[in-house]
Amino acid sequence: MAKVHQFDVVVIGGGGAGLMAGLYASKSAKTAVISKMYPTRSHTGAAQGGISAALGNYEEDKPEWHMYDTVKGSDYLGDQDAIEFMCNEAIDAVLELEHMGLPFDRTPEGRISQRPFGGHTNNETGKPVRRAAHAADRTGHMILQTLYQQCLKNKVNFFDEYQVLDFIMVNGKAAGVVAVELSTGELHTIHAKAVIFATGGYGRIFEVTSNAYAYTGDGPAILFRHGIPLEDMEFFQFHPTGIYKLGILITEGARGEGAVLINGNGERFMPKYAPTVKDLASRDIVSRAIYTEIKEGRGIGGKNFVYLDIRPETVNKFAAMDGRTNPDGSPLLITGDTVLQKIPDIVDFCRVYLGVDPVTQLMPTQPTAHYAMGGIPTNKFGEVVIDDKNTVFPGLFAAGECACVSVHGANRLGTNSLLDIVVFGKHAGLRAAEYAKTAEFEKLPEDAESASRAEFDALRKGSGKENVYDLSNEMKQVMFADVGIYRNEKDMQTALEKVRELKVRFKDVTVSDTGKIFNTELLNAWEFGNLLDVAEVIALSALNRKESRGGHSREDFPDRDDKNWLKHSLVWNRNGKLEIGYKPVVITKHQPKARVY
Amino acid sequence: MEITIKIFRYDPEKDTRGHYETYVVEGDTNDRVLDVLELVKGKTDGSLAFRRSCAHGICGSDAMRINGRNHLACKTLVRDVGTNITVEPVLGLKVQKDLIVDMGPFFDNYKMMLPYLINENPPPADGKERLQSPEQRARFDETTKCILCAACTTSCPSYWANGDYYGPAAIVTAHRFIFDSRDEGASQRLHILSETDGTARCHTAYNCTEACPRDIKITKAIGEVKMAMVTGKLD
Ligand SMILES: Cc1cc2nc3c(=O)[nH]c(=O)nc-3n(C[C@H](O)[C@H](O)[C@H](O)COP(=O)(O)OP(=O)(O)OC[C@H]3O[C@@H](n4cnc5c(N)ncnc54)[C@H](O)[C@@H]3O)c2cc1C
Ligand code: SF4
Ligand code: FES
Repeated sequence: MAKVHQFDVVVIGGGGAGLMAGLYASKSAKTAVISKMYPTRSHTGAAQGGISAALGNYEEDKPEWHMYDTVKGSDYLGDQDAIEFMCNEAIDAVLELEHMGLPFDRTPEGRISQRPFGGHTNNETGKPVRRAAHAADRTGHMILQTLYQQCLKNKVNFFDEYQVLDFIMVNGKAAGVVAVELSTGELHTIHAKAVIFATGGYGRIFEVTSNAYAYTGDGPAILFRHGIPLEDMEFFQFHPTGIYKLGILITEGARGEGAVLINGNGERFMPKYAPTVKDLASRDIVSRAIYTEIKEGRGIGGKNFVYLDIRPETVNKFAAMDGRTNPDGSPLLITGDTVLQKIPDIVDFCRVYLGVDPVTQLMPTQPTAHYAMGGIPTNKFGEVVIDDKNTVFPGLFAAGECACVSVHGANRLGTNSLLDIVVFGKHAGLRAAEYAKTAEFEKLPEDAESASRAEFDALRKGSGKENVYDLSNEMKQVMFADVGIYRNEKDMQTALEKVRELKVRFKDVTVSDTGKIFNTELLNAWEFGNLLDVAEVIALSALNRKESRGGHSREDFPDRDDKNWLKHSLVWNRNGKLEIGYKPVVITKHQPKARVY
Repeated sequence: MEITIKIFRYDPEKDTRGHYETYVVEGDTNDRVLDVLELVKGKTDGSLAFRRSCAHGICGSDAMRINGRNHLACKTLVRDVGTNITVEPVLGLKVQKDLIVDMGPFFDNYKMMLPYLINENPPPADGKERLQSPEQRARFDETTKCILCAACTTSCPSYWANGDYYGPAAIVTAHRFIFDSRDEGASQRLHILSETDGTARCHTAYNCTEACPRDIKITKAIGEVKMAMVTGKLD
């Protein structure tokens, strides 16, 4: 028999979204935060560049501009009520982080420092605006640390290194989760009135990615198997500048500080694609520009990468040509020390992994699979909604990268995810605690762990003909090549069939480790099953959407088609069969128009 | 190229004590030691257990002894350590399985440092940020970089000798708050660190500074904390 614990609210995930939810829920409800890693290991810690808010600490900025930029960045697929809500909450959210102790970099006046980022503009001049509040190039690390520290201060209950395997639903309501304690292999049932999923992303589906090993889509996959739909899964963001081959991210903040992209002919090519903001265009646009340069033979040495150049002489030359200035109006001029001070971690990554010093050398980069815009559908209170009418699933909540509110629509603006996790993490926590106040505990089923046990048994009983490591490489390659930056019917069909084939072959893997203590082989195999389920939904949704919008670019349907496709996709699992549906986009202030940078 | 990797193995459900296994895999000089471990686990012996997540030195999961010194496996390349590699768990924490050690005591020491901003005054009345000059911010920049990987603490001879010592990582955390101009808990933390298991146990062996994958000048930070204890000044 599993051990049973009881909490009003249980949060799954100890990243930025989960910690914020835990912090707020625990103010008025008995709350536990469960995480498969120590919370400080969560991938929020990898976020570099910044968190957006129209603080206007250097120059004029407004939440309305932030809203418009986000709507435009989303290629009009983001829900405008949710976007407006987030942009209005942004200023207080960032100030709250400061009050909690987050060590933001400072302006000469002692205020929170801000830097330019892709797609952040002054709506009157169209020029880049400094909106990304930052702590060097480790903003996410500081957010994660600060929130964890606040949770310790407020005595939030943690289940560290417990991995959630299943969601318990009773009478159409949330009733808890099943988790395995990694150090013992024991199963635990956490009986709860409200369950908040905050499990992060699933970029490990792709070959080249900035995402952690832990990004295996556990939350979305678990809920999907229970019939909860997934929304807008075709939209996955490829970040323009990953370190060549490794995929490790080089923050857009580097271009914010003046770096430019250079092709194999030694030319700066972004002005061709985005004449106004150039290297600071939205991510989807820059990634496609790089891809086009490479395809047309202008990669470095004909290979599939380009250079990112932050050498002071290059930055200063182009900054002068672009008329870029410092906050005080003087011309932007940087030195080697500026680079070391503004992006120290990036310098370190380049030195360690490439043997390249960005102060004097060029950084080889290529687009890297980075961020999941799609996910578990929610409203702006973090409540999970399960159909085209936004019907709420009682007691079930989601926040952070695993959720789809949708504030990022078809393409997320840099720095809006850290904002998303803080704002919607908080509201999910508040709403869940409020729900728990009046809700009753549902009676647990007789053997709540039986499904989890069966999943594990199946992984132990396979013939052993197949191997997870190899299957996983096959999935990553086909997804990156065929459901990547540019897509077409034929390739996506190949990918979908391949993923389905892999799902069948997955039945023939077997786990050799028969132990209970830290059986990471078993858990990695289980996680791979989640990735396969999510990959299938991504490939299917992408194949289905016959237009190009934001991060979804089809060679066979190159234009955005508002008449037929200005709508969210939903995919349900109906007893193993996938069913596609839609729901309308919320449009309030900004009617769709062509997207030019 | 051929890489020979000798790995410490211990499965408490099977073994009475640890032993070493040697594996030979095909790899590249630019591979991370973590990539080599993944390859061994993926292709040869799935039961090999280690922690990892970010794979680029940011989450602090995979501190281990590589050729006798503490490193993050994901931040150490084959070209830095050669093609004959020995990998063992860090010292001073109980081995739970293979390269996984019990991090509980390490995080307990972290929690002892009151690791959160202490300032009971309300934030500015205009609701805006507490002001802090760039110089004040720079004062504790170094110690904000810590990723709690434990490479420092588990390389410290004083910690090996006495597991009650809070250890360098905890002092780094204390430093991060003690020298933050917005914080008012310095005296409480200095008091905690002035007890027998605090800074007095540091004998400036410098192992910690050499082990830190974030290049934090740990010995210097500990020195600054010791100085603050003596002078009562925080500059
Ligand atoms: C390299 C990089 C740089 C980035 N830079 C920026 C930036 O500058 N600005 C910005 O806005 N965004 C940035 N992003 C995006 C942003 O950091 C992430 O989207 C965001 O941090 C996700 O937060 P989260 O809380 O949803 O998930 P995470 O922080 O990843 O947390 C997920 C948590 O869920 C837990 N978990 C997962 N599965 C289970 C399970 N089955 N059982 C128990 N626990 C589980 C994990 O242990 C973890 O604690 C960046 C992303 C990357 C990869
Ligand atoms: S101080 Fe350095 S070595 Fe010690 S825990 Fe922090 S990052 Fe790791
Ligand atoms: S895997 Fe994250 S620090 Fe090595």
